[in-house]
Amino acid sequence: MAFDSVSEFFAMGGYGFYVWLAYGLTFLALTLLVVSNIIKKYIIIKTVERRLAREQRIKKAQNMENTL
Amino acid sequence: MWKWLHPYAKPEKSYQLAGKLLPWFVVLTMIAFVVGLTWGLLFAPADYQQGDSFRIIYIHVPAAMMAMVAYSTMAIAAFIALVWQVRLAEMNVAAIAPVGAVFTFIALVTGATWGKPMWGAWWVWDARLTSELILLFVYLGIIALYNAFSDKLLAGRAASILTLVGVINLPVIHYSVVWWNTLHQGATISKFEKPSMAPEMLWPLIVMIFGFGAFLGTMTLIRFRNEILARESHRPWVSALVLAKLSEDK
Repeated sequence: MAFDSVSEFFAMGGYGFYVWLAYGLTFLALTLLVVSNIIKKYIIIKTVERRLAREQRIKKAQNMENTL
Repeated sequence: MWKWLHPYAKPEKSYQLAGKLLPWFVVLTMIAFVVGLTWGLLFAPADYQQGDSFRIIYIHVPAAMMAMVAYSTMAIAAFIALVWQVRLAEMNVAAIAPVGAVFTFIALVTGATWGKPMWGAWWVWDARLTSELILLFVYLGIIALYNAFSDKLLAGRAASILTLVGVINLPVIHYSVVWWNTLHQGATISKFEKPSMAPEMLWPLIVMIFGFGAFLGTMTLIRFRNEILARESHRPWVSALVLAKLSEDK
């Protein structure tokens, strides 16, 4: 272990601000990348779902017209 | 081999293959990140000159390296897409570009936060830094060009051409520390020479490089699958997939 205490670990030998800024921004960038693409998949599937539901409604309405 | 490879020209098959590979890449990424970060941040000894600020290396070098690997992979895919007109290869170009852009951004930002305490400046117009910034602009250009066309066939072709043009920047980045007298230090790890780093510092770096590589793979697979789904969204197999998922949820 390179550090003796937790506070020493966070201080990073006086370079704490720079080290944690680098790691923080990296973590933020990677998280945004992951989350945005999971949301994207959800949106794509929702769009297809909506289109399928609409197609079904149109079909139903057409059948109704035929019976009336 | 062609007989084995041929079915994967079908987007549906590629989608399924990517889905099967995905969990393995996720697990590899997580293991490598946990091991690499604990090792690099807690157990690697401090540098005799740079103190603990050198620990930025465990994200800076992997991100910069994988940004180049991502671009090379994209260039190969772009070449295949243009020469053999493989649509899936175009989707691969579109899938990798934003991941590469984020890696380049990380390399630049972590470089700045490392440069400030060591060089005394967040940014200098040094050959390595400038060529890396150009790489970011090339990535952004490819993404913007791909999104500029609503016709995705045209978009894929245009983005592939720009990708191949941008390859010229890769050797410039790689040799920038050799060709010009730069502030940026030379390569730490090289294929032919002994690495200029103590093994107890080098091992966590290798693990992190592997981790960023696995992360690149994970994100590429996720984005590749999204790209296929979006482009094929009017095909019956996608409808069947969505319907199956719906009935599963109920």
